Amino acid sequence: MEDHTPVDHSQPHRNINPAAILETIFSRYGYDFRHYSEAHIKRRLLNSMVRWRIPDTEHMKERILTDEAFAATLVNDLSITVTEMFRDPDFYRSLRTHVIPILKTYPFIKIWHAGCSTGEEAYSMAILLTEEGLYDRSTIYATDFNQQALNFAKEGIYSNDLAREYTINYQLAGCKSSFSDYYTSQYDHVIMHKSLRRNILWANHNLVTDSVFAEVHLILCRNVMIYFDKVLQNQVQKLFYESLIKGGVLCLGSKESLKFTNVYDRYSEIDKAQRIYKKKY
Amino acid sequence: MTYEAIVIGVSAGGMNVMKQLFAALPHNFQLPIIIISHIGARSDNQWIHILNNTCSLTIKEADEKEKIRPGFIYFPPPNYHLMIENDKTFSLTIDAKVNYARPSIDVLFESAADAYGRHLIGIILTGSNSDGTLGLQRIKDQGGLTIVQDPSDAEYNPMPKSATSIKPDHILPFKEILLFLTNLNQALLNT
Ligand SMILES: C[S@@+](CC[C@H](N)C(=O)[O-])C[C@H]1O[C@@H](n2cnc3c(N)ncnc32)[C@H](O)[C@@H]1O
Repeated sequence: MEDHTPVDHSQPHRNINPAAILETIFSRYGYDFRHYSEAHIKRRLLNSMVRWRIPDTEHMKERILTDEAFAATLVNDLSITVTEMFRDPDFYRSLRTHVIPILKTYPFIKIWHAGCSTGEEAYSMAILLTEEGLYDRSTIYATDFNQQALNFAKEGIYSNDLAREYTINYQLAGCKSSFSDYYTSQYDHVIMHKSLRRNILWANHNLVTDSVFAEVHLILCRNVMIYFDKVLQNQVQKLFYESLIKGGVLCLGSKESLKFTNVYDRYSEIDKAQRIYKKKY
Repeated sequence: MTYEAIVIGVSAGGMNVMKQLFAALPHNFQLPIIIISHIGARSDNQWIHILNNTCSLTIKEADEKEKIRPGFIYFPPPNYHLMIENDKTFSLTIDAKVNYARPSIDVLFESAADAYGRHLIGIILTGSNSDGTLGLQRIKDQGGLTIVQDPSDAEYNPMPKSATSIKPDHILPFKEILLFLTNLNQALLNT
């Protein structure tokens, strides 16, 4: 498990203007973090200022403008990529009970994982669809704006330690066979079977600045919007609403809710606790 | 001095002190309280519901974007860091653990210090690590009031001991911290 020793922020904290730094990132590179949670962004910026010994906002802006590799690392650092296979096993149980029957009614199925990070969620879905006999008629669009994470996802290689945790999640999620049926072991890591990847399309897509790219039956956007402020949550919810067919299903993370967004009354709740919603006709 | 919120960090030995705290707080307590306790980090927070019956204030899990209000005692959901935004709403994150902890006391305290400035009270109680020390320092730097349980009074002293290194405003036995809070409330009610 990743751990950070605590970082003493007191020096740069006196001299930081997060808004000015975000403005610089946006105008130079087009990554728009201006409507992300302020507290979260500030903490990440302070961490990297301490790590790279950057004393104040002016030096930070200068470094971002002149050092592309540094800027790339920073952007990577601002996007939290923590994820798991079958994260929240109860959610996957609910998917199987409530959403799979809906998907079964379609001749072909399009699914969008928005903010797929290092791919675990998309592989979980591929496994679930395989076990339900639906994978052959499915296409999974797995998107993220973090190219480094996407590259990792495409490889489908995970450490043995992770595989052990995922095995527990897989079992708790009520899946039908054995998790080891889906990968090949090698030394200290596992490689997910190619066949799981055959209907996954990995693509770089930024939820803030890019537009709708497909009409889909199911959207999963989990643990991405907790980092957005209300303005941005509403903007992205509009994008999802426009991307879903009528009767399509939207899944959010277990601590995220539609409740405070503008589209709340355009969905009905399929499973309130698991944050699964259905677009009204 | 007008205070607007209290943040508390507690770890090993926390259940005992929290029970006493909940029993001591009057129903008209004027300030919201936000607690990071490392106890519930792996549970489903069921214990919150159990403790709710012992307290005249409402104990609840903080929701993402929820507005912070008096009359409530908030805890983070298990396995999330809890932060406070400048508009006094909650944010959740699943950043890496800090001090082997998620939720981490430092993460809450630092964001709370920035959001509330000198209108914040930060308290560190019993615990066996050093989470919270940097956060308490930030509260002090931002002009807030800092209180640490007297290490000799704490069931586990490493966490309070570490926190005393920032020279907090008060180092008190737990009973006196309770007294401080009830007196403060009386003062707020009188103004
Ligand atoms: C915490 S991970 C969640 C991964 C997975 N959905 C899960 O729940 O386990 C958040 C992901 O959202 C991505 N993300 C953040 N902002 C984004 C944006 N504007 N557009 C696309 N992806 C974004 C990050 O790069 C990161 O991979």
